Amino acid sequence: MAPLVVASGLEKHFPVTRRLGEVLRGERPVSRAVDGIDLTIGEGETVGLLGESGCGKTTTGRLLLKLTRPTAGTIRFDGGDLADLAGAALKRFRREVQLVFQNPFDAINPRFTVFRALREPLQNAGVPKEEHPERMRVAMHRVRLPDVEGYYDRYPHQLSGGQLQRVVLARALVLEPRFIVADEPVSMLDVSVRAGILNVMRDVHATMGLTAVYISHDFALVRYVCARTVVMYLGKMVEDGPSAEVVARPLHPYTRALVQAVPVPRVDQSREPLPIKGSLSAAQAQVGGCRFRDRCPYAFARCADEEPPMREVAPGHRAACHLL
Amino acid sequence: MPVTAEPSAVRGGGRGRFAAVGRAFALVRRDPFATAGVLIYTVFLTIAIFADQLATHDPNQILYRPNGRVASNLPPFAQHILGTTNLGRDIYSQLVYGARSALIVGITAAFAVVMIGTLVGLVAGFFRGFVDMVMMRIADVALGIPFLPFVIVLSSFLEPSMWNVVIGMALVVWPSTSRVIRSQVLSLRERTFVEAARVTGSSPFRILFVHIAPNVLPLSFVYGSIAVGWAILTEASVSFLGFGGGDTVSWGSMLQNAYASQALSRGWYHWFVPPGVCIILVVVAGFFVSRGFEEVLFPRLRD
Repeated sequence: MAPLVVASGLEKHFPVTRRLGEVLRGERPVSRAVDGIDLTIGEGETVGLLGESGCGKTTTGRLLLKLTRPTAGTIRFDGGDLADLAGAALKRFRREVQLVFQNPFDAINPRFTVFRALREPLQNAGVPKEEHPERMRVAMHRVRLPDVEGYYDRYPHQLSGGQLQRVVLARALVLEPRFIVADEPVSMLDVSVRAGILNVMRDVHATMGLTAVYISHDFALVRYVCARTVVMYLGKMVEDGPSAEVVARPLHPYTRALVQAVPVPRVDQSREPLPIKGSLSAAQAQVGGCRFRDRCPYAFARCADEEPPMREVAPGHRAACHLL
Repeated sequence: MPVTAEPSAVRGGGRGRFAAVGRAFALVRRDPFATAGVLIYTVFLTIAIFADQLATHDPNQILYRPNGRVASNLPPFAQHILGTTNLGRDIYSQLVYGARSALIVGITAAFAVVMIGTLVGLVAGFFRGFVDMVMMRIADVALGIPFLPFVIVLSSFLEPSMWNVVIGMALVVWPSTSRVIRSQVLSLRERTFVEAARVTGSSPFRILFVHIAPNVLPLSFVYGSIAVGWAILTEASVSFLGFGGGDTVSWGSMLQNAYASQALSRGWYHWFVPPGVCIILVVVAGFFVSRGFEEVLFPRLRD
């Protein structure tokens, strides 16, 4: 599988509000949203980016689409460095990558009909006008809204969440992109329509051979849609492997806790208490060593001194822990 | 909420546009205040357009009785619908021509205010940074200028004319509009659909004028319809204070003449009540319409 997206040493820091002492000492504290990610995504691969709120998964997604500038590190898309993209090359890149948003209720201009929303990417990309109707029709069929005419004249507020997310997906697909980032695509939707959307995404992936990154905090979703799972913790990757492997044999203590936290639809099941405690905010302050150490049940001296590197444990299955 | 889709026969660029206009009218009819406002505007607009046909006399002409004496202070409903002034001018004709100058002033001033205010607000809010800072500091200065005295000073520098009010409005009143537009833009530019537009390859220019501007236009209209009333009120005040245009008949100058001729103490109500009522009606209509606009142009409030 030829690599399509290659991120190396990717970092993104956000400035945080400075306290008086920090201002006086000239310090510029930052929040390290993404702190050294090395990720290679092959053409046609589906990768789930998993982690709890604030672990940097959304920022990573935005970085991969050049929606925000990395503090350090490089991203190569199809061999070209994203930092160098400008003008016509940037325009071409915009045609090839798309983003599906978490909140479909706000992702379409409220004054735009479905027709205008779908047509806009085509107009921006300079697709000849004659091709518009056919391309739009194909995209709508892909997201299983075959009653094309019935939707074109509707405004976003006249559609349900599930329909809206399909339209958002159709808008992303109308340019036939090669790479798509879906940021929590179903988390705002009613549980009853989630499966529908996810099936659409699976189909789309299968028929279009699309490379995709799904950002989610939901293990079940990632496992259902993605062949590969990447687990992030505080701006770092902690585990990376085939989804089935990661779920069946989680290597990292954090992944193990995540797998254990997945709800099982059985009322009478007794559940082990989660092995980890605390929250991200407490861990944010520590620098150096393993970031997970103060929540980790197995932490020992080395964890505080040395940052564990990603280590390949099984073929294609890597994790960052000193115990491996 | 209309869920049933009507497959429209129109395809291409103009689709849905007529439906929006139709919806606007339907909603205006549902809101009695907006209906009243539109009705008042329509009546005065008709009067202003057909003033030449509606007026029975030249508003500035001094009329004479058959016996050769000035036809002054005639009571209403005799030969003259609203009687005559103390100098023998037809009050009804003045009122009709007054509507014309009032609406000309009101509409041009509102247009100028809305254009300037909206453009400044859009650019400042969207591009932020230095542009924003410079524009908002200018707005601060303009906000600090007392409006009516400014117009009076303006008319002493320029020729006294009703256009001074328009110039004054354009120079001093735009900041309140641009402030509101700017704050709206600041919130809109963070919305997901704006980022979506960027992802689909829209240029900043397109994002500003295609995605953001239509979403702030309702506010512009609200401020526009309020500005119409305000301009008319200011024109009346300026004329009443004696700084209006010399020959232009306006409701304000009618009041000024009535006041100077002691019409109030002599109880010549037919002289000063009609222009007063007209001013109130037009100003109030502006507020009614702006109220209706809010519901027409933010359709989600209704659905």
